[in-house]
Parts: sequence; C-alpha cells; structure tokens
Amino acid sequence: MTGRDLDPTLLRLLGPGERELDCDECFTQLNRYVELELAGEPADEHVPGMRSHLVGCPACAEEHESLRALLELDSVS
Amino acid sequence: MPPADTNPDMSALAAAPGLEEWHLDLDAQGPRREEAVARLHGILLRAARFEVFRRSGALPQLSAVELDELAQEAADDAAVSVLRRLGDFRGESSFRTWAYKFALLEAAVKVRRRAWRDREVTLEPEHWESLAHAGPGPADDAESAALLEVVRDGIRTALTPRQRQVLVAVVLEGVPIDVLAERLGSNRNALYKMLHDARRRLRSHVAEAGYSEAIE
Repeated sequence: MTGRDLDPTLLRLLGPGERELDCDECFTQLNRYVELELAGEPADEHVPGMRSHLVGCPACAEEHESLRALLELDSVS
Repeated sequence: MPPADTNPDMSALAAAPGLEEWHLDLDAQGPRREEAVARLHGILLRAARFEVFRRSGALPQLSAVELDELAQEAADDAAVSVLRRLGDFRGESSFRTWAYKFALLEAAVKVRRRAWRDREVTLEPEHWESLAHAGPGPADDAESAALLEVVRDGIRTALTPRQRQVLVAVVLEGVPIDVLAERLGSNRNALYKMLHDARRRLRSHVAEAGYSEAIE
C-alpha cells in the first residue's frame, strides 16, 4: 500500500505530506496562480507549495475553484 | 498599418495582466476616485454574487433577496480590504483578478458562517474514536485497518489537546476552518498551521510504527 492507495479519510487526516504554502501565502499567490493555470503555464513550477496546500485546505481549495470558474466565465461572456 | 484599436498586438497589450490603468485612480482624489471606487465595487459585487449563488445550496433557508444582501455585504467588506491593501498589488495578474479574490473570500466566509450559525461545533475529543473507514479502497483491507488503528493511536497520544480538537473538527466533523476560527477566537491561517503541525506529528507517528511506505 502507498500514499496513493490511502482511503480518503486517512488522506485528509494525514494531509499531503509535502512542503506547502500556508493560507496567507496561498491568498497572496492565488490570482497569479490561477491566471498561470488558465494560460496553460506550469503554475505549480511558478508557485511551489500551492498544489499541496489546495489538497490540504478545503477552504482555500473552494476559493481557488471559484476564482478559476469566475475567470472562465468572464472569458466567454 | 491597421488602426490601433484593431491591431491584434494592441488588443493583446490591453488584456495583459497589470495594464488596466483605471485602478490607479483609486489613489486619486475627488470625482476620479469616486468613479474608480464605484467601478471597483461593481467588480467585487459581481464576484461576491457569483460565489454566494454558487454556494447557495448550503443556505436553503435564505431567499434570493437575502442571498443578494449577503453578496452586497461581502462586496462592501471586500472593497474595504482592497482599498486598504492597494499597495500589495504588484501587477502579477490583472487587477480584476486580484480584486476578485477578496470578494470571493469574503463571500465564501460569510456563506460558511451563515450555514453554521445555528449549528453546534463539537469539540469532544471522544468523537474521533468512532473514526471509521470511509469505505473500501484499493488497498488491502487488513493493512488499511492496521494503519487506521495506528492513526487512531497517534491522534490519542501524539497530538496536543488543541491539535486534536482542530484535526477532529476540520477533518472528521467537516467544520469549515473559518467557522472553527470564529468559535475559537482565532483565524484561518493560525488554525491551518495547527492542523499542519498535527498532520506532521501523525505522519511521524505512522512512520515510527513502520508504515512509512503507506504514507509516501
């Protein structure tokens, strides 16, 4: 069994287990990160630790999803 | 040469991050500033409405009018934050994207807090004892069960009482971290750091018990 096989509850309890940003750093970088993602750039290389934080923090993950969805909506309207 | 407004290169420049100049008027005086603040508020309200209605399933008791009032409050609070932190904008994205995130944060936090306003947040440490398997996974069940027991033991012995409370509330009880922060008189960042430290201790405990491979 490896980390990828863990059931969801254990994954949430143990967290991503990698270097990650904290919530304040995530908020600071969120606008840049999402624009990089939408531009098809390697956002995770530009903002290391963001992906792990989004895995570990449900609140920041929701706000990341929302910003991305809003920008996608803007781009078609 | 085509006119400037139809030149593709000029269009690309106009859409490039950081080149919307109207926001500079937020630092101006008089009518220019008022116009810029009104424009900012419009942007923030759009984002706040988007977020509130996107998460409205969490607030079935609220009418459309009440949801819109919540979005208005979020936009108002976000405007205060944006104007206070204008100096933080470094042009690493468009100004609109930078401003949006403040409204999305305010709206998301308001929705979470309203949804939990009348709900009790249980911090009883015994709750984690009922920690059950979330369901059969691809891994061997016996090994998963053993790992679960190690994690349970780690929660009991390796964490401080406050770390245990935060981990149990956020991960097992599904309490939004902003709601927990409000109830504990703390903030999201401080609680997440506590959660992060708790997870690190749990991982060490699991590794010491011989399950390093299971969590890599």
